[in-house]
Amino acid sequence: MVRRLAWQAARVLETRPETATARTLVLDVPEWPGHLAGQHVDVRLTAEDGYRAMRSYSIASAPDGSRIAITVQRLPDGEVSPYLVDGVSVGDRLELRGPVGGWFVWEPSSRIPVLLVAGGSGSVPLIAMLRARIATGSTARFRLIYSARTLADVLHADELAAAPEGVGVDLVLTREESPSGRPAGRLRLDDLGRPRGPVDVYVCGPTGFVESAATMLVTLGYDEARIRTERFGGGGRP
Amino acid sequence: MTTQHEYVDGNRLAGPLADVFAVDITAASTSCIGCGRRSVVAQLHVYVVGEGYVARCPGCQDPVLRYARTSTGGVLDLRGTLSLQVPLPG
Amino acid sequence: MSIVNPGFFGRRRGPSDRIPPGQYATEEFPVLSAGPTPNIHLDRWAFTITTEAGVEHTWSWDELQALPHETPTVDIHCVTTWSKLDTSWEGVSLDVLLEDVETAADYALVHSYGGYTTNLPLDDLLEGQAWVVFGYEGGPLAPEHGGPARLLVPHLYFWKSAKWVRGIQLLLQDEPGFWETLGYHEYGDPWREQRYAGD
Repeated sequence: MVRRLAWQAARVLETRPETATARTLVLDVPEWPGHLAGQHVDVRLTAEDGYRAMRSYSIASAPDGSRIAITVQRLPDGEVSPYLVDGVSVGDRLELRGPVGGWFVWEPSSRIPVLLVAGGSGSVPLIAMLRARIATGSTARFRLIYSARTLADVLHADELAAAPEGVGVDLVLTREESPSGRPAGRLRLDDLGRPRGPVDVYVCGPTGFVESAATMLVTLGYDEARIRTERFGGGGRP
Repeated sequence: MTTQHEYVDGNRLAGPLADVFAVDITAASTSCIGCGRRSVVAQLHVYVVGEGYVARCPGCQDPVLRYARTSTGGVLDLRGTLSLQVPLPG
Repeated sequence: MSIVNPGFFGRRRGPSDRIPPGQYATEEFPVLSAGPTPNIHLDRWAFTITTEAGVEHTWSWDELQALPHETPTVDIHCVTTWSKLDTSWEGVSLDVLLEDVETAADYALVHSYGGYTTNLPLDDLLEGQAWVVFGYEGGPLAPEHGGPARLLVPHLYFWKSAKWVRGIQLLLQDEPGFWETLGYHEYGDPWREQRYAGD
């Protein structure tokens, strides 16, 4: 779509704790043009003295009129995330810009099987894809491989456990045994498995996780041209 | 010591470059003048220093695209790519 | 339009007598880089000052180490708004390195391994204002912070303190460096908040 992107005022409709350190904010964005799963928004905070800070957050929800949801992880030394997780209340307004990011997206019209590989809070845009798949009634086969430290860190765990037919979810827990009995440990080749036919792959998470997962996928024979990645920060700006 | 990964990728440029381009730029193709590798902007390795962005070729690490948001506007340097191929609606 | 977010303060910011305007004090030492950390072997490391006439003065690692060391303790200020007070370093003063260099140049362009550059007036490298440092907080300077050696010019924003320094070119005419060509301030005085051109 060719259109000028502007900062808009969003109103907080609902807040939902997800884990001990993460919260979902449901926002009403009056001129929301719609979005594709995988896209993100930039959120900008302004202090009374005019100081501004901006961060990017993946949209967690499937398209739903002027409503969008973002799931924010509170980072230990964060400047913006603690405010969004602990400070914001229903009725507050936030400045945001979006949707942005037209490459890392899943289109519901696609019938090709999809493999989603999530590291930590990289699960947010991938869960948006899963939600879009379910909401549109798509029958494309989906598999989500979600790496997190412990079960308590898994976002939307209940929703994932109740995933419908055609959607497979495998948890890879690095610090404890997974509910399916997989021993604790980082993502390995046999967690991913080989492709059987064309697969669109989406990998999202911290940069180190994405590099490592992408290398494994290519080693296993996944088509590099069909692997899309989104890297979250390493150092620099909590 | 584990390898430090201090970069993100070009998906992060979607918002900042929306100030400059009317279309989403993350799906645009670039050709690195250093090694010739073609990448979409989303695939570039992006080093972020405040509101300064350095998007490097995933192959040879040369800067392909640089952008900074300053007090008065944005400065975009595209010297590191032969061209920017932008998909536009027909 | 601007929404003000009540209860959002960001980091607690200056100015105070030690924190320049718009900055906040941190105990951390954030790693911010314009590119990947280069891998530099000390037996191939060299630091070269090149005059406007093309005359080169080069020091190997051992030659640099043989020069008199200083241990400055300074405050540093990054354009991304963090400041770190009382950082302690070990290195060689630019006054020592420039001592026998004959030049009429007024400007310097600093070069780093990996291709980074930054420019500043030659005067700002003199009179005890700058060092090539290889030690930080009593140990060797870590690669992610610019090791084996970086430039240290604490009275300017820290992007002028080029990591992985490999040389300085002395010039009759000012030439903007990596961030300066992207709209960052030519000089960069944190106390006048000179972050971007025109500030």
